[in-house]
Amino acid sequence: MSLLNVDRLEAKHGLLTAVRGVSLQIEAGERIALVGANGAGKTTFLRTLAGIHPAASGTVSLDGQDITHISAHGRAAAGIALVPEGRCLFASMSVADNLRVATSAGRSGEWNLETVLAAFPQLKPKWNAAAGSLSGGQQQAVAIGRALMTNPRVLLLDEVSLGLSPIAVQGVYDSLAGLMASRVAIVLVEQDLHRTFQVADRIVCLLEGAVVAAGRTSEMSREKVMDHYFGHKSARQTSEAS
Amino acid sequence: MSWLNQILQGVLLGGYYALLACGLSFMFGVMRIINLAHGSLTVVAAYGVFLLADRLEWHPFVGMLVAIPAMALLGWVLHRLVLERSARAGELVPILATFGLAVVIDNSLFSGFGADTRSLAPYVDSLAYDGLEVGPLTFGHLSLLTFAVAVLLLGGLHLMLAHTGLGRRIRAVADDPATAQLVGVNALKVNAAAAAIAMGTVAIAGTFLAMRATVDPYAGAPQLIFAFEAVMIGGVGSLWGTLIGGVALGVAQSLGAQVHSQGFLIAGHILFLLVLGGRLWLAGRPLSLALLRGR
Repeated sequence: MSLLNVDRLEAKHGLLTAVRGVSLQIEAGERIALVGANGAGKTTFLRTLAGIHPAASGTVSLDGQDITHISAHGRAAAGIALVPEGRCLFASMSVADNLRVATSAGRSGEWNLETVLAAFPQLKPKWNAAAGSLSGGQQQAVAIGRALMTNPRVLLLDEVSLGLSPIAVQGVYDSLAGLMASRVAIVLVEQDLHRTFQVADRIVCLLEGAVVAAGRTSEMSREKVMDHYFGHKSARQTSEAS
Repeated sequence: MSWLNQILQGVLLGGYYALLACGLSFMFGVMRIINLAHGSLTVVAAYGVFLLADRLEWHPFVGMLVAIPAMALLGWVLHRLVLERSARAGELVPILATFGLAVVIDNSLFSGFGADTRSLAPYVDSLAYDGLEVGPLTFGHLSLLTFAVAVLLLGGLHLMLAHTGLGRRIRAVADDPATAQLVGVNALKVNAAAAAIAMGTVAIAGTFLAMRATVDPYAGAPQLIFAFEAVMIGGVGSLWGTLIGGVALGVAQSLGAQVHSQGFLIAGHILFLLVLGGRLWLAGRPLSLALLRGR
């Protein structure tokens, strides 16, 4: 049985269907990259998995248990954590309090204040600083550390490199290296295809909310992904069919 | 020197306003709800403590210790039955809902207790009128106690918010309820706890209101206005700002009364309007707005 089983999931923004019948099985320790152009439904898909966007239809199961209608805090307690796009830190709270508040999920495990600080040593000198005063890279470290403090079984990372300098991005991924080797399943949204191919076991390509291509990284080429990314493949298939 | 004494009386009066406004500020800061029933609920607490003193001969401070958890429970129920449900329908609906609640409370009190005024002053003996004379300055014992309780209450809430798990959860929900849920915080429970805490402070404010003055079933509206003015002057959602706002309002009213016999209320309202106008003017300027937002 898969750790996370997504079956024909749909999510809407008003009348617009942002996620169309996406099905996905994720095993423990697996790293899946979601790619697609802006508006492809990647962020909505992750937010629906995390429970802060309602599912219009379909199911999400964790370890065989249907969690489709469980609240976001309930899913955090079950082991799903999201590092949201834009980080969404509690800006006026200190770094320490941003991390401590995540113990509300009530899950025990290897991640605690000491292990998070060991993974993100750049946060040590900023321990009591307001999270909103940190640099982009440091804020991203806090956002990831905060998600880790919930001791997740499934970690959803939404554009962790967005708005960061190349050095800061490298720092974030270096810090994630230990996590990548653990049993935590990771679903990653990343615009940098080069990095995606480096870290992911599988790539899932979304176009207009639907899965248009999926496969093991070793079986996919950048060109193939780019074709699906912009919808060229679909366009070619359509024209060939006609 | 009478001016100096007036300022002192204003500062001490500000302690009561801070006590009164504390719950309003706390509820708005966490839940973003303006509770227009705040004044009426303060009067409910005052009547509750009065009943305990009148019927059971409990000292008002003992009655207050009973009223605090009772009002906290009422706050929790209020959140579950009114605030949470109305907040789902939009930001303006809780304002209408709490306005309606205030009307129901006021008229229910009138129906149950009539138009007679009530006071706890007879039940606290000399505390209601004794004072300390220091040269030309007069420190009323009750006013000093009120101010001290306000500072202790605000300090206690500040410490709770800064150093406890509940405080961290409350701050997280106040900052961003959706993200707070992502890290395992049950925002509904936290909001219910915040409503309970706010109503606990209302019990204290109601007790001190009835000790320092008389209350009647329709005394809630002016109390709401004073609390609202104190919150707006001191800064919405800021606990220490509430104390500063309360003191500023008290001093303005006290000095207004010194200038003219009708000046007590007018001076307070003028200060409120000046601060409100200043805030709106600053908010209308892009640079100032950016500075206010800390960018």
